Amino acid sequence: MPDDAKSVLCETEAEAPPGTLSEPFSWPNEGVARVPYRLFSDPEIYELEQQRIFRGSVWNFLCLEIDLPNAGDYKTATIGEIPVVVTRNENGDLHGMINRCAHKGALVCLKERGNAKMLRCVYHTWSYDLQGRLKGIAFRNGLNGKGGMPEDFDPANHRLEPFKVEAYCGIVFGTFSDATPPVEEYLGDTMAGFFKRSLGRPLKLLGMHSQIIHNNWKLYAENSRDSYHATLLHTFYTTFKLNRLDMDGGIILANDKWHHISFAKRHTLDEAAEYKKAEVHSAQYESKLDGSQLLDAWDEFDDGITHIIQSVFPCMAIHFTLNSLAVRFFAPRGVDETELFWIYLGYEDDTEEQIRMRVMQGNLTGTAGLVSLEDGCINEFVQRGTRGSADRNAFMEMGGRDVESSEASRATEVAIRGFWTGYRRIMGFA
Amino acid sequence: MNQLAGQRTTAEAMGTIPGIDSVSRQRIEDLLLDYAHTIDDGELASWPEFFVEDGIYQIIPREAFDAGHPLGILLCEGRGMMADRMLALETANIYEPHTYCHILGRPRLRADPAGGYKSRSNFEVIRTMQDGRSELFAIGKYLDRIVFEEGAPLLADRRVILESRRIDILLVMPL
Repeated sequence: MPDDAKSVLCETEAEAPPGTLSEPFSWPNEGVARVPYRLFSDPEIYELEQQRIFRGSVWNFLCLEIDLPNAGDYKTATIGEIPVVVTRNENGDLHGMINRCAHKGALVCLKERGNAKMLRCVYHTWSYDLQGRLKGIAFRNGLNGKGGMPEDFDPANHRLEPFKVEAYCGIVFGTFSDATPPVEEYLGDTMAGFFKRSLGRPLKLLGMHSQIIHNNWKLYAENSRDSYHATLLHTFYTTFKLNRLDMDGGIILANDKWHHISFAKRHTLDEAAEYKKAEVHSAQYESKLDGSQLLDAWDEFDDGITHIIQSVFPCMAIHFTLNSLAVRFFAPRGVDETELFWIYLGYEDDTEEQIRMRVMQGNLTGTAGLVSLEDGCINEFVQRGTRGSADRNAFMEMGGRDVESSEASRATEVAIRGFWTGYRRIMGFA
Repeated sequence: MNQLAGQRTTAEAMGTIPGIDSVSRQRIEDLLLDYAHTIDDGELASWPEFFVEDGIYQIIPREAFDAGHPLGILLCEGRGMMADRMLALETANIYEPHTYCHILGRPRLRADPAGGYKSRSNFEVIRTMQDGRSELFAIGKYLDRIVFEEGAPLLADRRVILESRRIDILLVMPL
């Protein structure tokens, strides 16, 4: 570690968030163009992230609003590694709380999803209403006048630990911090605009699966912001000469840098006569594919953008490639393990033909995705490659060293530098 | 009920279940075995040949299948898409080398009123990575529709229903 590296002793700084590291952490002088490999393997830093990020001023993806259509519906999720449950109460309001009984700490909701009038812990049958308020305790007054809770026991002091939830464009987010601004403000105008473009209509779930990737969650956060690797690692497009898919585009960063949008435009569309003539299938792609129905598509928007990846700090991304729309959510499952969820969506008013095309294009992404399956192993290769090298750094100067939007080129690592800018800020690694 | 089940089993064992003669049954069972062995042997370019020209192949988690969701993990319609997949995994896709070993359960066959046969069978696939690690990679059932073309059985539709919605690392070779 360079002698002049800025040393951050978090525990001694009055303004720093809670938590300590036994080894002080130093960010290299070069700033976010360098990332110490220690960040991917240090269990203490991983623990600190649970406090500073996942319990901090961020909106965490929880579930879809359509996961909870009816009063009494509940859905379990995780924020960082914290087990949580989202409910819809009798009035139709959404509530979020830690899925941990106020008595002994057991999980309260065991099933991934369900419908209930009360949430009841199976251990000693403490029961809570759909907002998490303690409503019933077995043997509170004891049996035959003996035992029971002390007289000063007050159920109001023992509830499921709540957190704030907000549904935005069909996505349910949760935050533990009162300081987190509303979701739209958290995203910022530009990010919110793209978010609405993708998700701002009634959604329909087309399918869901997940994959375990054997790497720290931040490596996937980097990967989903890495526009540099797309045509290099994922060679399906180039191998099959799908030259209309990898048109130039750009990167837009949120004001606070930690969310991003990568987009590509089919900008030659208007110039090609054959595309003008065609109607519904005007986005047909020429290729060397035997089964060309893989890329049956239609022009869904009139802004010419045919590919978007949008990230929302900390653990969410949305892709909209041709007509394939999915929410990706990556959940930390340990310092070197992450579960990546692929939640495929269409819209409530899709025609059968449109659903068919979305389903077919689903082949491009996911754990078996023709242009994404490499991501299942590439982050693990970094995790493995950096073992025993906690004091070394990743080098990321593609596109420069700055952290500003790059609207004309995607051959840049600026969105990754943006992620680390936000990460340093919230972790207090300034 | 028990009596009927007993009769059916006996009739089936004798190859006299209506619509399935013992020779056809044997050929179907060989098809299902050859399919698995072909993948296990890494002869992936031959994989589409186990299907009819417009055959359908889908891998989908049980949860999504039971919920009636159309989108699973992988979907091929026709040998062309299957061949593209196999070409992609040999020339385009990047992943750590690994092999499969399929363990198959005995298929339950029925005549399909629409023609051909329906088959349900369980499978497990053990994946071995290049570092020597062998572990259970996938478990589930095949729901198949099998037809005879020019005397040979072929898959018209194979749904691979995975017990788990969660895949370890990635899925690139067919199951």
